[in-house]
Amino acid sequence: MTSARIANEETTPEPSGVAINSMSVTLIRPSKGWVSLKLAELWEYRELVYFLTWREVKVRYKQTAMGAAWAIIQPLFTMLVFSLFFGRLAKIPSDGIPYPLFSLSGLIPWTFFANGLTLSSNSLVTNSNLVAKVFFPRLAIPISAVAAGLVDLAISFLLLVGMMAFYHCTLSYRFIYLPLFILLAVVTSLGVGFWLSALNVEYRDVRYTVPFLTQFWMFATPIAYPSSLLQSKWRILYGLNPMVGVTEGVRWALLGVHTAPGPMIAASSAASLLILVGGAFYFRRMEKTFADVV
Amino acid sequence: MSDIAIRVDNIGKRYHIGALQQGGGRFRYRSLRDVIAHSAGTPFRAMRSLVSGGGDRKGNEETIFWALKEVSFNVKRGEIVGVIGRNGAGKSTLLKLLSRITEPTCGFAEIYGRVGALLEVGTGFHPELTGRENIYLNGAILGMKRAEIASRFDEIVAFAEVEKFIDTPVKHYSSGMYLRLAFAIAAHLEPEILIVDEVLAVGDAEFQKKCLGKMQQISAGEGRTVLFVSHNLAAVRQLCTRGVLLHAGQVAMTGTANEVSDRYVHSMLATRADRFKRDSTGYTDVRAVNEEGRPTSSFTFGEPAFIELDLRVNSGSDVQCGFTIYNQLDVPLLLCASEYGGVRLDHGDHRFRVCLPYEMLRPGSYRIEGAVWDKESVFHQDNFLCSFLVVADRLNEMHGRSSEALFVSREPWAKL
Repeated sequence: MTSARIANEETTPEPSGVAINSMSVTLIRPSKGWVSLKLAELWEYRELVYFLTWREVKVRYKQTAMGAAWAIIQPLFTMLVFSLFFGRLAKIPSDGIPYPLFSLSGLIPWTFFANGLTLSSNSLVTNSNLVAKVFFPRLAIPISAVAAGLVDLAISFLLLVGMMAFYHCTLSYRFIYLPLFILLAVVTSLGVGFWLSALNVEYRDVRYTVPFLTQFWMFATPIAYPSSLLQSKWRILYGLNPMVGVTEGVRWALLGVHTAPGPMIAASSAASLLILVGGAFYFRRMEKTFADVV
Repeated sequence: MSDIAIRVDNIGKRYHIGALQQGGGRFRYRSLRDVIAHSAGTPFRAMRSLVSGGGDRKGNEETIFWALKEVSFNVKRGEIVGVIGRNGAGKSTLLKLLSRITEPTCGFAEIYGRVGALLEVGTGFHPELTGRENIYLNGAILGMKRAEIASRFDEIVAFAEVEKFIDTPVKHYSSGMYLRLAFAIAAHLEPEILIVDEVLAVGDAEFQKKCLGKMQQISAGEGRTVLFVSHNLAAVRQLCTRGVLLHAGQVAMTGTANEVSDRYVHSMLATRADRFKRDSTGYTDVRAVNEEGRPTSSFTFGEPAFIELDLRVNSGSDVQCGFTIYNQLDVPLLLCASEYGGVRLDHGDHRFRVCLPYEMLRPGSYRIEGAVWDKESVFHQDNFLCSFLVVADRLNEMHGRSSEALFVSREPWAKL
């Protein structure tokens, strides 16, 4: 059997009970340079991704008195502080929407993104025992860290719905586009998570950088202020921050602000995809040393 | 070709020793500051190393350490192969390569069949989750499908004997229950090829026995291939059909399990000589000898066994010496000390012979740990002064297994 032929046969764990002649062959050899993403293998391990996500969700609020209410408390209190300081005192405009609703609609996807970023960038290190003792596609770890945040996101959306009802804000048909913007937030946090988690394995500096990063990033995102403050010629450049697209998109879909999907959101989507694909390849490239370094 | 399960061809794994953590055999993680400081003059190369993933990091000869080098061997389908060797011989690295946890630096290996690797029991267990939840989680981590886990769920729970506590968070489990559950999941993994590290080194004697039994069942009853890494020579002799002896990252020998373990014991004896080169107070040689006073590494069950101690005393006052015999499960069995033996250790060289309670020693491997001390200080302490085996004849081996007892009595029974 030539090694060229073997190399073509991907490792496919088969359900047991399959006859031996349908034998899978695993070839173990050094990889060089940029390697393929092996998405098929990741798909084989989708149940592991599911279980890891489920573990994150189950464990997140164990032994807390407030439980899942934390998913609401965080954006709620930030909203109160923002409304007081930015809305009341600084009188920052809010595209004609009540300021609390305006800031909350930005804070909810932002909280998802920031938590996903923090958790996924630390995920390989906190799961170092898994990485050092078991084989599986390592991408499963940051993916499940981000995916677990979706539950919190769903809970906190209840708060937003409640606030919208309070301000008698009516939904338009445009809310069906909401999942697209959530997807954009997921893709962005995955992409950044891939980069940072892979870097964090070797450079623990990342852990100290992440709090700053999220703080700066938040001010570069129109959460406390509307992007309409910027002159329109700067908006596309501004949109290269994918979270700009997410925030404006969510506001457009739910609250009906005038920032209809346009070049800015296209720029956000492109930037986000670029981060994701680049991050995934970088992650795969660094992956072979994870077990030795972590 | 079709009867080969694992083919390892010239495989090698290189580490950079400058970055090795002591004892851990891993890279120390770098901080960005180190990289920047290191490469202030060569910013371009620094960027490269940030992106390259260390795979093509160049090191000079002194900083390179080959954990494995030019290792080649084959494992046939249905064989149980024991990999033995001293600490640092590369056993764990080999397992990590074969289970794809880490990549080789050169060479390749082929594995024909579905692989299950067990480098640790209970990997990924979460203390806050219940037994039931951990079974599913750990099963998924070990590569089982959800349907597979569900179909074996009752078996796993019964094997672990935790029926009553299955919905209790495992943080409330006793350590024994925890281990049983963890092993039960692993034991119900049904790969065609099983790769097992020294997971048996944990747990009590009963648990280890259960593990060994299960492994025997897996290979003998179900014809699966097992690669087993262990320090426990008795377990290797008992379980394995063939053995691979690793020494300093290379294959020193392959053969039957018994041949390879004999060779391992001999190599231990040979290198032991270096350990005793000393001028200060302490043991200068310790060996197991038979009735004729000839050094040996194995006794047949019931054969008189002695330990000979050479020691030098040139410091301290009222010096004492002693040693403890450990069995293969690392249970300390017996303490012998100069005080009990009624000898005084004045300054000078001494040689003593101590008779072991050989009639009571069950078949297995034993290790001797000893020290030389006085009231003020410990002059010499060594946890591997020497080792020996007690080898069973066929009949005894059969009967001995069913009991957990540490000793046997061969005293004749009086018929009344």
